[in-house]
Amino acid sequence: MAKTIRVNETPLVLYTLRRADDALILGHRLSEWCGHAPMMEEDMALANMALDLIGQARSLYTYAGEAEGEGRTEDDFAYWRDDRGYRNALLVEQQNGDFARTIMRQFLYASFADLYWRAMMKSKDETLAAVAAKSEKEMAYHVRHTAEWVIRLGDGTTESHARIAAALDELWAYTGELFEMDASEKGLVDAGIAVDLASLRDQWRANVKAVLEEATLTTPEDGWMQKGGRTGIHSEHLGHLLSDLQHVQHTIPGAVW
Amino acid sequence: MPAPFPPADTAALLAQARAVAATVSDPEIPVLSIDDLGVLRSLKISEDGALEIVITPTYSGCPAMNMIALELELALEKAGFDRVKVTTVLSPAWTTDWMTEDGKRKLKEYGIAPPSEKRAGRGALFGADEVECPRCGSVRTARLAEFGSTSCKALWQCQDCREPFDYFKCH
Repeated sequence: MAKTIRVNETPLVLYTLRRADDALILGHRLSEWCGHAPMMEEDMALANMALDLIGQARSLYTYAGEAEGEGRTEDDFAYWRDDRGYRNALLVEQQNGDFARTIMRQFLYASFADLYWRAMMKSKDETLAAVAAKSEKEMAYHVRHTAEWVIRLGDGTTESHARIAAALDELWAYTGELFEMDASEKGLVDAGIAVDLASLRDQWRANVKAVLEEATLTTPEDGWMQKGGRTGIHSEHLGHLLSDLQHVQHTIPGAVW
Repeated sequence: MPAPFPPADTAALLAQARAVAATVSDPEIPVLSIDDLGVLRSLKISEDGALEIVITPTYSGCPAMNMIALELELALEKAGFDRVKVTTVLSPAWTTDWMTEDGKRKLKEYGIAPPSEKRAGRGALFGADEVECPRCGSVRTARLAEFGSTSCKALWQCQDCREPFDYFKCH
């Protein structure tokens, strides 16, 4: 049986894996809805968005493999790291909960990713800039779609309002981590490869607030924020998610379709 | 009969290869060739003498890409090119602006509304789309779902003839 891999995390590899892991884990979460969404159109929409994210993850993992130079493929990163090896933000691994919670999680992330990838189009790293140009178009659709749902649910019935408000309240504490940067990431910012995440925060807040207001929801204050995902300290949910995601490879290592 | 390598006349050979490659269609929208879509980017003879074909995905997770790569290899091998390498590039990012006019016409005849005339971009995305019903030509149409049967399409309905139809999204 193949062993859990330990990645040689140079700043560029680590940076790429953080973005790839966000996309893969959130894509996997959305794919859990397949066949369970409240209506056919939404089943298609969630699966479509999952596909976009998993596609982005594939490009990024492939690049992480090239940057690491150990001959690792996208599959190695997806299937042979344990939860401590994953670098995604805690927000994306949170459980689906009800439909309102899934939509709020996606809206908060997409509002970030939309701004992030648009800024990354100017990266001096050609591959990351290319992934960015592709991803920002996709995330713009995710923002529009989820924003429409946030408004419909928030400005809907007493029940839908209560549910989306509860989702916002629960998930807000996970949004601070999206803008976290460590020393290795700051070095990449100085080199013109990475984006200064702090510079995106005001715009993100303004964009999110405008939608929340239309949805008759109150934007929470930035209080204490959860963090840990970027360094491999995750909530218990990621382990369960990975046992599902990695099950086939761990049972039959090297299996291909 | 295999094509000669090194090629005697590279330009002629590439033109021949391109003509073959352009016959490969999108498995999800069989009326469109990958040339119509702008997915077929370039062809060249690499240093080791293999034919290299560069394609670009419409969407990051487009499941048609693997199929297209395979069909390209098969079509070119059948035409005598025995060493074919298909490379996928992301940059520059594919846009509906690359779809040919002929492609848009074929799409409409097939019953899918082509991306609207306006240049693709964020303005088109968040502005008021005007999508023409491919069946009756009415512009009194409404979006039913942002995400349709494939990543590149949305589901719309005509308010006049009442037919639901696919719309190829601006991207």
